[in-house]
Amino acid sequence: MTDFAIELAGISKRFGAVQANRDVTMHIAKGSIHGIIGENGAGKSTLMSILYGYYQADGGSIRVNGQEVRIRNSQEAIRLGIGMVHQHFMLVDTFTVLENIVLGAEGGLLLKQGMEQARAHLLQLNRDYSLEVDPDALVGELGVGLQQRVEILKALYRGADVLILDEPTAVLTPQEADHLFCILRALREQGKTVILITHKLREVMDITDAVTVMRAGTVVGNVRTAEVDKEKLADLMVGRKVSLKVDKAERLPGAAVLEVRDLNLTDARGVKLLDGLNFQVRAGEIVGIAGVSGNGQSELLEVLAGMVEPSSGEVRYHDQDLLLEKSSQPRAALYRQKGIAHVPEDRSREGLVKSFPMFENAILGYHNDKTISRRGLFSRQALLARTRDFIRQFDIRPDNAQLRVGLLSGGNQQKVVLAREIHANPDLLLIGQPTRGVDIGAIEFIHRRLVELRDAGKAILLVSVELEEILALSDRILVMAGGQISGEVAAKEADTLSLGLLMGGHKQ
Amino acid sequence: MEQWLSLLDSTIRVATPLVLAALAGMFSERSGVVDIGLEGKMLVAAFASGAAAFVTHSPWLGLLAGVMAAVSMAMVHAFVSVTYNGNQLISGMAINTIASGITPVLALAWFQQGGNTPQLDDDSRFHDITLPFADALSNVPVIGQLYSKLLSGHSVLVYLTIIIIPLVSWVVYRSRFGLRLRAVGENPHAADTAGVSVARVRYIALFWGGVLCGMAGTFLSVYQTGSFIKEMTAGKGFLALAALIFGKWRPLPAVSGCLLFAFADALQIRLEGVDLPVIGQIPSQAIQVIPYVLTVLLLAGFVGRAVAPKAIGVPFVKSR
Ligand SMILES: Nc1ncnc2c1ncn2[C@@H]1O[C@H](COP(=O)(O)OP(=O)(O)OP(=O)(O)O)[C@@H](O)[C@H]1O
Ligand SMILES: [Mg+2]
Repeated sequence: MTDFAIELAGISKRFGAVQANRDVTMHIAKGSIHGIIGENGAGKSTLMSILYGYYQADGGSIRVNGQEVRIRNSQEAIRLGIGMVHQHFMLVDTFTVLENIVLGAEGGLLLKQGMEQARAHLLQLNRDYSLEVDPDALVGELGVGLQQRVEILKALYRGADVLILDEPTAVLTPQEADHLFCILRALREQGKTVILITHKLREVMDITDAVTVMRAGTVVGNVRTAEVDKEKLADLMVGRKVSLKVDKAERLPGAAVLEVRDLNLTDARGVKLLDGLNFQVRAGEIVGIAGVSGNGQSELLEVLAGMVEPSSGEVRYHDQDLLLEKSSQPRAALYRQKGIAHVPEDRSREGLVKSFPMFENAILGYHNDKTISRRGLFSRQALLARTRDFIRQFDIRPDNAQLRVGLLSGGNQQKVVLAREIHANPDLLLIGQPTRGVDIGAIEFIHRRLVELRDAGKAILLVSVELEEILALSDRILVMAGGQISGEVAAKEADTLSLGLLMGGHKQ
Repeated sequence: MEQWLSLLDSTIRVATPLVLAALAGMFSERSGVVDIGLEGKMLVAAFASGAAAFVTHSPWLGLLAGVMAAVSMAMVHAFVSVTYNGNQLISGMAINTIASGITPVLALAWFQQGGNTPQLDDDSRFHDITLPFADALSNVPVIGQLYSKLLSGHSVLVYLTIIIIPLVSWVVYRSRFGLRLRAVGENPHAADTAGVSVARVRYIALFWGGVLCGMAGTFLSVYQTGSFIKEMTAGKGFLALAALIFGKWRPLPAVSGCLLFAFADALQIRLEGVDLPVIGQIPSQAIQVIPYVLTVLLLAGFVGRAVAPKAIGVPFVKSR
């Protein structure tokens, strides 16, 4: 008989009209890495939040190490040895790593002694799992990969035996993700149990021992990883065949829609973020920008979208230099009016107002559109109709246009932004990490939409850290490293190896 | 020398209530609760302590009453803004309005002296204390003079404040409560998931803020003037808030801000009616405005960007 670290039986949870979890039962073996997959809004995060005491289940029972327990808040979860790394990190930016780790578990009224012990313990954990975290670094100055390791440390420091990670790799570069998996394997070796929520089937196949598949709040399958393959999992998840390949016909591109000439951007400290960029995006082509994140891709998108002024250079759009345009409105608004749409990389900070309902978010930036507003007043009917249209087309769940966007699951938030920008039918679409946090069914759909847009003669500039995505969609691939374009490859000739070299900064 | 010493001496007197109020504000604001009600809490405390000291003939019972009054106002603020997630600015404003309304009304009803409390007799007031050996040392140059003229000869409240300053700084940076306080003001969600009760920390912070405001108010009525006078706080709460921002919400720099304002104030009193070379006599209105001009200048220009605790003013609601 296997020992179970966690047993969930009949867990249900309802938020208003939405049944987020319905009679969920699952068993998680001790010392295993257990994957949970499922479509956006399937209830994965909710289920784990219940296990971590953040929400209370409406019904059902939880057993930890065979003991039936009630988990009323996070403290109780911590006491039971459950730790969680949230989708959004829960760290105090102005604190050091050490301070973040001892917070809530200071071990006494005074800090000194507890901190000292924590430091020793931390260095030990650092060594055991090769985490490479500096205890005295300010958390706000660390990159996402390291911040995530701080979260893991926090959980381990509190004696977590079960570690829950909610889409940990969504924000990581492939290298960081590899490192994370080494850490997770080391944890398993030490007898810890890991629960991993992810949308990436490759990761599931690589690292998990067993998988639970969820759909619409229920469990639709419990399988051993060794007994399935990606296709089978995709089937289970979406309930139909998903093609993981994008069908794309050869197509001759038209005239240049965007041309960038000698574009430079230097930050306040004199660091060159963009360094002499030259490239074109033509009508009817998708140009992919590959690269390890943090090599200028984000800045490039921001410049092209009019959010940041470059230090020098030309941005020509339909053969006019956009930077010379004078207008009383903000640059980003002007660009948008001219037919440049932008899906920002960080949807929750730059793409949405989380406290607004979905229908208001559905027109952000397009509020002057004649079909929805007249003489400065919105037609609520038209707004709602458009939003319902988005919901239907993009399969946004739940299908309630009035819901606060912040309450949507991560992937569904992304769909709202995408729907809005694609609906604008732009001549040029700037799109960053289009499928971050999105389930495979939706990825298939989004990829299809992008190809349709291209076939309709639109120009698309795609930034993604997912090489597979770049390879699947692009007609041409530019690789960025250190703010420069280190190479250009035709999609047909590209492969992971040559791209990898260019991403490392080796020039062609 | 004599002149400088007496200038610094009055700086200390003026600074004491400011320092107490600024530290009070530091507790609440570091926990993420905006505290524009410092003024009102001080005023209520000044009244309660003045009245209680008059009735009981004990300055200490006055202090107790002052602290209790300010703490109860602070708890109202906590109830509205922590328990009920209300708007902290409005709640603070309400405290100020209530304080300036209720104190003269009660004073009039109880003492019939035009909204003030009766003058306290000597036994019911805090007095200046002469520290040991002060007289003997007063002839020793510099050190002795500093000791006897500057350090000695203040009220017990001043000495308490001098002890409180390092204590508060120590609590904020070296104690468990301090760590939690700073975390809750910066990212309450992080604190919450780490197992810290956000509401509890905020209540405790506001409580201690109330205690300090109570001391500040008592200083004004039971020590400085010897009675409660209508609106006697005269913007000191806001000045303390400015000093807090000037000090970027850190205890010691905030205290220096208070000292700076107090120095300007002491200087102003000194300059009044004095004939300066070339300029002649400066109109008193121009002089009285010095501390306020200083405030504006400091806050506008010299401080640099003041980075407030990130979660300040935002009620903590557990949701995504
Ligand atoms: N606090 C809440 N109030 C209302 N609805 C909520 C709340 N939290 C979650 N939901 C809804 O519950 C459903 C499940 O959400 P959940 O975040 O668990 O999905 P998920 O499986 O994690 O999706 P994703 O893969 O996109 O992260 C969604 O439809 C979501 O909109
Ligand atoms: Mg989720």
